[in-house]
Amino acid sequence: MISKSTRTIFALTLGLGVAGGALAAGADLGNTTKQATNWVAIAMFAIFVAITLGITKWAAAKTKSAADFYTAGGGITGFQNGLAIAGDYMSAASFLGISGLVFANGFDGLIFSIGWLVGWPVITFLMAERLRNLGKFTFADVAAYRFAQTPMRTFAATGSLVVVAFYMIAQMVGAGQLIKVLFGLEYTVAVILVGVLMMCYVLFGGMTATTWVQIIKAIMLLTGATFMALAVLWQFGFNPEALFAKAVEVHSKHDAIMSPGALIKDPVSAISVGMALMFGTAGLPHILMRFFTVPSAKEARKSVGWATTWIGYFYILTFIIGFGAVVMLTQSPDLYYVDGDLAKGLKGGGNMAAIHLANAVGGNVFLGFISAVAFATILAVVAGLTLSGASAVSHDLYATVFKHGNADSAAELRVSKMTTVCLGVVAVFLGIAFEKENVAYMVMLAFAIACSANFPILFMSVLWKDCTTKGAVAGGIFGLVSSVGLTLLSASVWEAVLKNPKGSALFPYSSPAIFSMTGAFLVIYLVSKMDNSQQAKLERSLYPAQKVRSETGVGASSASGH
Amino acid sequence: MNDDIVARIEANPKYHELVSKRNSFGITLSILMIIVYYGYILLIAFNKEWLATKIGAGMVTSIGIPLGVGVIVFTIVVTNIYVRRANTEFDDLNAEIIKEANRK
Repeated sequence: MISKSTRTIFALTLGLGVAGGALAAGADLGNTTKQATNWVAIAMFAIFVAITLGITKWAAAKTKSAADFYTAGGGITGFQNGLAIAGDYMSAASFLGISGLVFANGFDGLIFSIGWLVGWPVITFLMAERLRNLGKFTFADVAAYRFAQTPMRTFAATGSLVVVAFYMIAQMVGAGQLIKVLFGLEYTVAVILVGVLMMCYVLFGGMTATTWVQIIKAIMLLTGATFMALAVLWQFGFNPEALFAKAVEVHSKHDAIMSPGALIKDPVSAISVGMALMFGTAGLPHILMRFFTVPSAKEARKSVGWATTWIGYFYILTFIIGFGAVVMLTQSPDLYYVDGDLAKGLKGGGNMAAIHLANAVGGNVFLGFISAVAFATILAVVAGLTLSGASAVSHDLYATVFKHGNADSAAELRVSKMTTVCLGVVAVFLGIAFEKENVAYMVMLAFAIACSANFPILFMSVLWKDCTTKGAVAGGIFGLVSSVGLTLLSASVWEAVLKNPKGSALFPYSSPAIFSMTGAFLVIYLVSKMDNSQQAKLERSLYPAQKVRSETGVGASSASGH
Repeated sequence: MNDDIVARIEANPKYHELVSKRNSFGITLSILMIIVYYGYILLIAFNKEWLATKIGAGMVTSIGIPLGVGVIVFTIVVTNIYVRRANTEFDDLNAEIIKEANRK
């Protein structure tokens, strides 16, 4: 079993690594103190905002139809989309969280970054081209392709919104906490700033603006991280062994940072977390939506090829950055440690390792650049989430369920924009409401729901001919309810949030995925098998045509035909 | 979508060749990825000592580090191998199928 304290770190880090938000969540950053106002960082961020708002203005002129709004008219290239996907995935927290974990524990940080990467090949091999060939705007287009529209769309939209909500809260809280440390501004100011800017991007520029914000941010983040890693390696003659040797010498845990620590003891948790990360990625609505922005299956494959390459490269950089921080920050404890005392930890908390290293290798201007990148990152991820939430409401619920597919493009676009405003307001409100709450579990929960509810219905509807509406909806509901329920009963919520005594959590593992995802597949299988209705027969008879389209792309929405 | 075209594609042996070739390639690589990743995780769960072994006498780098970086590199490589083969060989075959289906 994983011990209590390690489990907290575990949950915290999981939160950190993926989404920006949980950054602030746990004990680590939750108690950060406001730092002195950093004008260089604010100026850098202002430049980023000015450029992205300029792009939004340009994008707004191109965003006329619902198709432009959801998918940028399908005119993004594979390379651009790969960068945008990487931008969606490499959050402030995977940068700060993983490098912070490497800084604290060494080797264990590597285990996490691997977990977040391995979902990508699975998406590439099994999903990417099929998504592109069958879908138009949302993943529900794919899941509901040959099924009864109302129940499937209602469920898929619910699944999307629940995932978006948990992910979003974590992001907003993270943004507020991060800005306190990085810019020295108030929490509420940060949350409102994120809400307003994100609404501007999405409302006026739709997917075109959101995509370019992601691309710019991804390039900034990759450039900044590359510079830091090279600066560290340069000091050691590009010999990792020399870097590790120095780190082992100065780190308080010494040689223990070279071997796996206490993070993974219990194999069930290890596998379960691995499943959530691996398959959850293939069920995140804001990631899936990106596959509809490219013109063909060929470009969709290129997208994931590039995305995987950039994300993998980025995780290798964070590993070097973490070790670089170990070596370089301990050389000047007065600058980077509380009271100049190594035992008291880093100023601003453990996740500030990469930020302090930026100062150590590049001075105040580079520190400002990296801080601005970290904040821009949260902004971009939130914009992507909002867009996918808005499309679930306007395309799946409004246009398909309420208007039975007869809504005109202008009305659908209007609903998207209204939803964007609502989501923005709700996000700001929740961000403020959850300021003092422990939200560390939320990102992991979003992944658990994505892999237990969204991924199974998508997978089975596309790849299994006997799957029916009843089976898919029943399995999806099982996955949603069980992943939320088991998370509630696990230590990360039952004990850490609901304040029940230590050890009282009924569900002993770190992630419900091994049970909830397997269960969802089983329910889809059994219910579909037992379903002998006329509707089920019709749905099965439609499979060959669906398969031809998913495999060959014949009849797929083209860029212009959106 | 035109039912005729679907019927013609389904009747074309090349379509079945495409589906079986591409799917078995995708599934093989998926299984390989799953073995590599869960193998690494289970190694951490059950044999930490071995992973902590140094890669050479007098060195501090442990076996687990190059192995972990290796998993990352492996992930990038297999993904791009699939993309390359699907975008050339399989897409050429796909283009032939569509061309033949549109020819009356």
